[in-house]
Amino acid sequence: MDQTELAIRTIIGQFGRLAADAASLDDSSDLYEAGLTSHASVNVMLALEDEFDLEFPERMLRRATFSSIATIRD
Amino acid sequence: MTSGPAIAGPSDVGRALAERVRRVGAEVAGPAADSVDRDARFPREGIDALRAAGLLAAYVPPEYGGSGCTVSDLSVLCRTLGEFCASTAMVFAMHQIQVACIVRHGATSPFFRDYLQDLVRDGRLIASATTEAGVGGDLRSSVCAVETDGDQFRLEKNATVISYGEHVDDVLATARRGPDASPNDQVLVLVRRPGLDLKPNGTWDTLGMRGTCSLGFLLTATGRVDQIIPVPFSDISNLTMLPVSHIVWSSLWLGIATDAVNRARSYVRLSARKTPGTVPPAAVRLAEVYVALGEIAATVESAVRDYEANLDDADAMASLGMAIRMNNLKVSVSRGVLDVIAGALSICGILGYKNDSPFSVGRHLRDAHSASLMVHNDRILAHTAALLCVYKDA
Repeated sequence: MDQTELAIRTIIGQFGRLAADAASLDDSSDLYEAGLTSHASVNVMLALEDEFDLEFPERMLRRATFSSIATIRD
Repeated sequence: MTSGPAIAGPSDVGRALAERVRRVGAEVAGPAADSVDRDARFPREGIDALRAAGLLAAYVPPEYGGSGCTVSDLSVLCRTLGEFCASTAMVFAMHQIQVACIVRHGATSPFFRDYLQDLVRDGRLIASATTEAGVGGDLRSSVCAVETDGDQFRLEKNATVISYGEHVDDVLATARRGPDASPNDQVLVLVRRPGLDLKPNGTWDTLGMRGTCSLGFLLTATGRVDQIIPVPFSDISNLTMLPVSHIVWSSLWLGIATDAVNRARSYVRLSARKTPGTVPPAAVRLAEVYVALGEIAATVESAVRDYEANLDDADAMASLGMAIRMNNLKVSVSRGVLDVIAGALSICGILGYKNDSPFSVGRHLRDAHSASLMVHNDRILAHTAALLCVYKDA
């Protein structure tokens, strides 16, 4: 697990309010099935933008972008 | 055609349906509206007339025997009915939301294709069970779960509201996918008699919208697993249930305001005839109210166009921008109609205030107050507020 993935998992663990432990998820686990709500996904987005000092462009603000650790990373 | 500023773009099918709806409104639903309101009873005669005219199947595609109208047409139908009886219009609108969810998301399944034919043949009326005790009004979260055993399922739900539940043929209910699923991993399941039992719970004695009979129910259902729509509820909600709800609700609220303005127009006409050669003072206020009504109609019309233009683009429909625009539609129209009806009341004066005058707008005002409360605008604005923290487009 590299730094980026570790950071993503930490943020999901902190803000995603998932039923499961974020560290135990597969890269491709469906985060929405794991309990990510649309409200929590906004907080995950905000925390990711802050951590990586970037802004998700509007076209990426889609459910699909935030559906798993792998898709966030891409 | 509806009176007042028009919503653009009904199809030929829609125009024919609108004429039928207007006839049902003028001959059946309108004359019954006061009694429905006074007794807080289900608008049985209006719904029966809509069923007899084939209007409950308006949105079902022709391949299943329905009329295959568009959401733009539904908007016109709801607005038209709203001019006659808001409760009848609300029952009709909520039913059409359920039909749209099945047509848009169930048609890949043989069960739902058969069901759509039953719906057309029998004129079945569908209610919605999305709210539940213990989730704080959040329809994207469920406590209850579908319990499957082979090809059978069982569901028990403490539904805080099922509008017209005592008068319904079938119910679309949200539930967690299974006993181990998280609260927002939901499915939408069609439950029907004889596998459906509804025990009413509470009362419905409200300020307005009294005929929707929106009691709570303890819902117990059994059935076959193919009664579960084969798409996650989150998609159904984003792509269809939320946008269509806001469109048909806003349309019928516009209908309520349209009738209030029509009453004010009759009042001003009557005054004008008494003083030929002088424009009555209330006419200026009518002109102002007419501007506001036109703005609301334009807001509804633009949201309908937006929805229709993006209908087959799942990404666009699920985008933050679309969610914000549909939230704005609901908040804007629910506020606007109250101002318009209050303006109509001011024009009609004491004759508007009296319940037994032809210029009465008391029922309109009471019915329209539901608009900002049923799904509370504060909840909608809080959702938009969260989205605006990340939304970047203008």
